[in-house]
Amino acid sequence: MNQLERLFSAPSSMTRSCPCGPCGLSGGRRRIGTVQNRLMRLAGLCLAMLTSSVYAQQDKLVIDILYLEQRLAHPPVLSNLVSWPEDEGERGASLAIDDNNTTGRFLGQDYTLEPLIFEPDAEPQARNDRIRAELAKGARLVVANLPAADIDAIASLPEAADDLLFNAQSMDNVLRNEQCRSNVLHTIPSRAMLSDALAQFFVKRKWEEIFLIEGNTDKDKAFADALRASIRKFGLDIVESKTWIEDADMRRTASTEVPVFTQARDYDVVVVTDEDQDFSQYILYNTWLPRPVAGSAGLTPVVWSPVIEQWGAAQLQSRFRKLAERDMTSRDYSNWAAVRSIGEAVTRTGSVNPAEIRRYVLSDDFELAGFKGAPLSFRTWNGQMRQSVQLVHPRAVVATAPVEGFLHPVTELDTLGLDEPESRCEQFNQP
Amino acid sequence: MARCMMTDKARRLSGRIRPGLPGLSVLALAMSVTSGSVSAHWAYVSNEKDDTVSVIDTETNEVVKTLEVGERPRGVTLSHDFTRLFICASDSDTVQVMDVSNDSILFELPSGEDPEQFALHPDNRHLYIANEDDAIATVVDIETHEVVSQIDVGVEPEGMAVSHDGKYAIVTSETSNMAHWINTETQSIVANTLVDQRPRDAEFTPDDKQLWVSSEIGGTVSVIDTETREITQKISFEIPGVTRDQIQPVGMEITDDGTLAFIALGPANHVAVVNGESLEVIDYILVGRRVWHMALTPEQDKLYTTNGVSGDVTVIDVASLKAEKTIKVGRYPWGVTILPKAHIPQ
Repeated sequence: MNQLERLFSAPSSMTRSCPCGPCGLSGGRRRIGTVQNRLMRLAGLCLAMLTSSVYAQQDKLVIDILYLEQRLAHPPVLSNLVSWPEDEGERGASLAIDDNNTTGRFLGQDYTLEPLIFEPDAEPQARNDRIRAELAKGARLVVANLPAADIDAIASLPEAADDLLFNAQSMDNVLRNEQCRSNVLHTIPSRAMLSDALAQFFVKRKWEEIFLIEGNTDKDKAFADALRASIRKFGLDIVESKTWIEDADMRRTASTEVPVFTQARDYDVVVVTDEDQDFSQYILYNTWLPRPVAGSAGLTPVVWSPVIEQWGAAQLQSRFRKLAERDMTSRDYSNWAAVRSIGEAVTRTGSVNPAEIRRYVLSDDFELAGFKGAPLSFRTWNGQMRQSVQLVHPRAVVATAPVEGFLHPVTELDTLGLDEPESRCEQFNQP
Repeated sequence: MARCMMTDKARRLSGRIRPGLPGLSVLALAMSVTSGSVSAHWAYVSNEKDDTVSVIDTETNEVVKTLEVGERPRGVTLSHDFTRLFICASDSDTVQVMDVSNDSILFELPSGEDPEQFALHPDNRHLYIANEDDAIATVVDIETHEVVSQIDVGVEPEGMAVSHDGKYAIVTSETSNMAHWINTETQSIVANTLVDQRPRDAEFTPDDKQLWVSSEIGGTVSVIDTETREITQKISFEIPGVTRDQIQPVGMEITDDGTLAFIALGPANHVAVVNGESLEVIDYILVGRRVWHMALTPEQDKLYTTNGVSGDVTVIDVASLKAEKTIKVGRYPWGVTILPKAHIPQ
């Protein structure tokens, strides 16, 4: 599957020493991770490695959060407009560190973010050793931006047994189901939550017949699987399902290719899965029948977008822009939500112990205001953060799911994604 | 209405006969309303998305004029002598001061960035302003137009209140979930009270013994003892057919005699009525969509609510606790404050 998983399955030598050589004493800890420079990051890391993850200094409660990211090479795409910010995720976590510290100054709390970021070409063995060494340093709070296989592999390490990981990137359903782990919470939604949100909207609009176009990557297949499940769940129909053929520069040929490709007797909406934004933008306005497009283009389900401004969201947007000089994405938001969840739990419990934080955030007492109306909380059966999903186009919010009318005995937010009765997650509440 | 209520309250307490509630005197007042002599005040309503202030005649309940103001007006309040209207023009980063006699903007106060709500000290001189984007509170001297002090507070300061005795200024911070207690002599924070998620409005009871703080996302109102600064009780709300997530307490109004409190419940589209002594919810009144803030008339017989999403104002009769009329104003009405009849320019 993945290099990391393979490597972790073999015994690997683990180092507990600082690989950077003598790098100074504790004290001058770098705050907030605002410095982009990699050298600085390395220096900060070295300092961090000489100290325990959580410690009291001058009556201050210091909460050190490990930000773990494996950057991925993005595949080439047709449009020159598609770009992925390199610091996506990390800026969201940094903003939440700022927010936590603004509150923390009244409570004697000091939050720091310790970034451990690996480039796509990082040497796997060295990388894995570094991660194991970090996790071995006591009970850690970790915000993880990793592919699904890495999350699974890292959470299963003996070094991670006393840690608490917040998955802020991987949307794979399986991590919330068969592969769930008791030490992993998920602040990014599962694909099932996104596809359920779309399906609820289709039901409301009576767009019952769906033309599904599936992209070619594993992510696109996973999103299409989630959509098929949601379409079944909400009683909709797939009238035609096709896999995209990637063999032309759609920028020039879309007007001739797409109409032919989308020929069918009738459908209400075209749903396309293309998470890397390669071809989906060229489907709009080129379909055989004049129908709306949803999924990865057109009407898209997200947990955050610059167009969200209700519920005080405008404030979070402007704070983020001030910090990052760009717009906030769903992944930035998921990282923000992870670090803010930690802040809220530390404030309310006075504890920095991962086990205590896990207990608190899963309790009825935990709520986090997330600028999306209903408060954020975590599902007790698989650790998924409950949150609304916004259906947006590039300039406006079209609808918010749960869509009005979809009821649930506990909370309507649980109409999105894997609900308790259907959960196949068994390990989450295993000690 | 916005925190600007403190202003109105301090003024009302200072020289006016308070009718009992709900009693014969209210009835008598209601009757005289129909004869057209008592209740002709002006309600100033800020329209956040129109950059205007609507002025409503409380006798006819019609908009008599619409005034153009700065960008994104939210909090509005009157000076204690009722000659000036203060307007938080959030996106213009200023507090505008309007001459009530001729609607002209006299000057702008250096408010700090993104002012949202404010409260005027009983000294009629120090204006406490929450700067939402900057995690600070700014204190401005309205005579000299100078910033007296800037105080670091939590993330997204929102609600502002000054106690009737002038000792404390309160600022709530929405993301830090705190009420900060500022000593108005030293202009420094002396205590912080943690409350439920996303605190919005703060309001002292008329005797200053309690501070009430509404939590929009937590869905509660925390009643805090002013001496200990600890929460003594939390009021929660339940409306049949409305999900708990929709119940988001925002603005609060307490009657001058402290017997009743009104809590605007945002997207629940209701105003809760709370018994000021038992702290029990005694009624829910259906109003317009996303109700933000409220203001009571000087006689305490009518309550005006701003309904953001439906773009209107609901008039509630306090004696019967019934909504009486809906008045269309501008887009996204937010704050409201009432100019008593005696001070309306001729």
